[in-house]
Amino acid sequence: MAPTPNGKVAAVKKKINLWAWFWILLGALYFLVPLYGTFDFSLREKRGVLSLLAYQNVLADPRFRDSFTYSALMALATIVVGLLLIVPTAYWVHLRLPQVRPLIEFITLMPFVVPAIVLVFGLIRIYSGPPLALTNSDPLTNFLLMCGYVILSMPYTYRSVDTGLRAIDVRTLTEAAQSLGAGWFTILFRIIFPNIRAALLSGAFLTFAIVIGEFTLASLLGRPAFGPYLVYMGNNRAYEPAALAIISLALTWAAIGLIQLLSHGRPGQEQVGGVH
Amino acid sequence: MAQATQNQIRANSSQRSLVIRNLVAWAGVVPFLVFVILFLFWPASSLITGSFQNQSGAFTLQNIIDLFTPSIMNAYMLSIQISIVTAIGGGIFGFMLAYAVIQGGLPRWVRTALTTFSGVASNFAGVPLAFAFIATLGHTGFLTALFADKLGIDIYNLGFNLYNFWGLALTYMYFQFPLMVLIMAPALDGLREEWREASENLGASSYQYWRYVALPILWPSLLGSTILLFGNAFGAYATAYALTRTLNVVTVLIGDQISGNVLFNPNLGYALAFGMIVIMAVSIGLYTWLQRRTARWLQ
Repeated sequence: MAPTPNGKVAAVKKKINLWAWFWILLGALYFLVPLYGTFDFSLREKRGVLSLLAYQNVLADPRFRDSFTYSALMALATIVVGLLLIVPTAYWVHLRLPQVRPLIEFITLMPFVVPAIVLVFGLIRIYSGPPLALTNSDPLTNFLLMCGYVILSMPYTYRSVDTGLRAIDVRTLTEAAQSLGAGWFTILFRIIFPNIRAALLSGAFLTFAIVIGEFTLASLLGRPAFGPYLVYMGNNRAYEPAALAIISLALTWAAIGLIQLLSHGRPGQEQVGGVH
Repeated sequence: MAQATQNQIRANSSQRSLVIRNLVAWAGVVPFLVFVILFLFWPASSLITGSFQNQSGAFTLQNIIDLFTPSIMNAYMLSIQISIVTAIGGGIFGFMLAYAVIQGGLPRWVRTALTTFSGVASNFAGVPLAFAFIATLGHTGFLTALFADKLGIDIYNLGFNLYNFWGLALTYMYFQFPLMVLIMAPALDGLREEWREASENLGASSYQYWRYVALPILWPSLLGSTILLFGNAFGAYATAYALTRTLNVVTVLIGDQISGNVLFNPNLGYALAFGMIVIMAVSIGLYTWLQRRTARWLQ
């Protein structure tokens, strides 16, 4: 007896399913083996037994605390300045200058065209001599580094803010606020910011994930950030780098997890790459 | 006559107020434009102009010509090779994963898990990623030791080396294929079940479905994503720097030039960066163009 069409479809479905599981298994191995391997390696500082010694050493290292604090503060400054720069701009473009949107989108794509290593090269060329010699003093170099980070995180921040603004009715909210006598400051900080909270937080967490372990800018501008500290440890220790990799992974995981929690699967929140 | 003049004046003043309103509207984006000019466009364009100047500032094409010396060409070739290998490898693997999870009839949670993993892995890069691979596949790494202890195989004797081209490619793949998963997912979501059913009802084989239906729809986005992956690997610096000091990809060469002027000619260094900007601009431009073509199918 010939197989019924339904039976044939079911058989095809089943074959596809098996293939699907095969690729997922392979993908899971690629994801998880290095993570497990790193975790296992990080526990082997004491010969013959598993221990958390590498983690204890890292956490007790004052340079770890200093560099981590430095990068966390840098991330915070980048988030604040980035949002203050991008939210009003994106809001204004939505409200008054929709014809400029392609230009702004083009500009926010530019950090992909100018990779971090090229960007820092240019920043050093411009700002290490007169008339704007920023790299001669530490506070000004910190400022320069932060501006570089605002540029690096701009594509992601802009995309989240833009998605957030598309989801609300910018014009009606603005007109309602204006007819109640609100000024621009009130509109931005008491109407727009709270209404796109989730998008702002997504952008903020991603910026944090990018800045906290960033190496290229910090190292070539000679700042004591977490990224250069990681490389220093990699050159001088065997097991501590693995522990640091696990700590960095946990931070990345927390940031991305929070973003996905906030966006719960809404489209347009997927991010295109970080800084490698 | 008086009426006409008055109209003229009214028209002029309304035109003027329109201009003023436009200027006010543009003023709103000035802080942003000033910032990107100061910290992105001016620095980047200074590298471009610098690559067409000699050390005393006069115009020259010598730096561009000097890019074609063997040591610099080797760096570009290495960067291009590693980017092509990891873009195609990561592209195929990422596509298979995305296809499996979206069209393969797997439970919903598998997709959620894959998306989360991909979000983390595409951002887990740079120095910590290099450390993870050293801890796993370095000379004393977890897998190296596992193979040696359990199977008596020394993978380094078999020709594997984490610190050469293929080791670096393997490491880059860790952030490449998750990125492919993330950018292919929307395109695969747009591939409707009805199209497959319709082609099956019309007697099409699986090959015919792919050749005449699925691939023509997917190719702009497949090609675009692969090009984006190329650019993603091409611009990578921290991973390569932390993993190996012997593979001179372009980014590592630029880093050495910034910290020590290893080329003994700053302007040649600018030309090196200029070459990178050109390659990145071409790949991002192609990606954006192909992405627009795909967008039509995703309505």
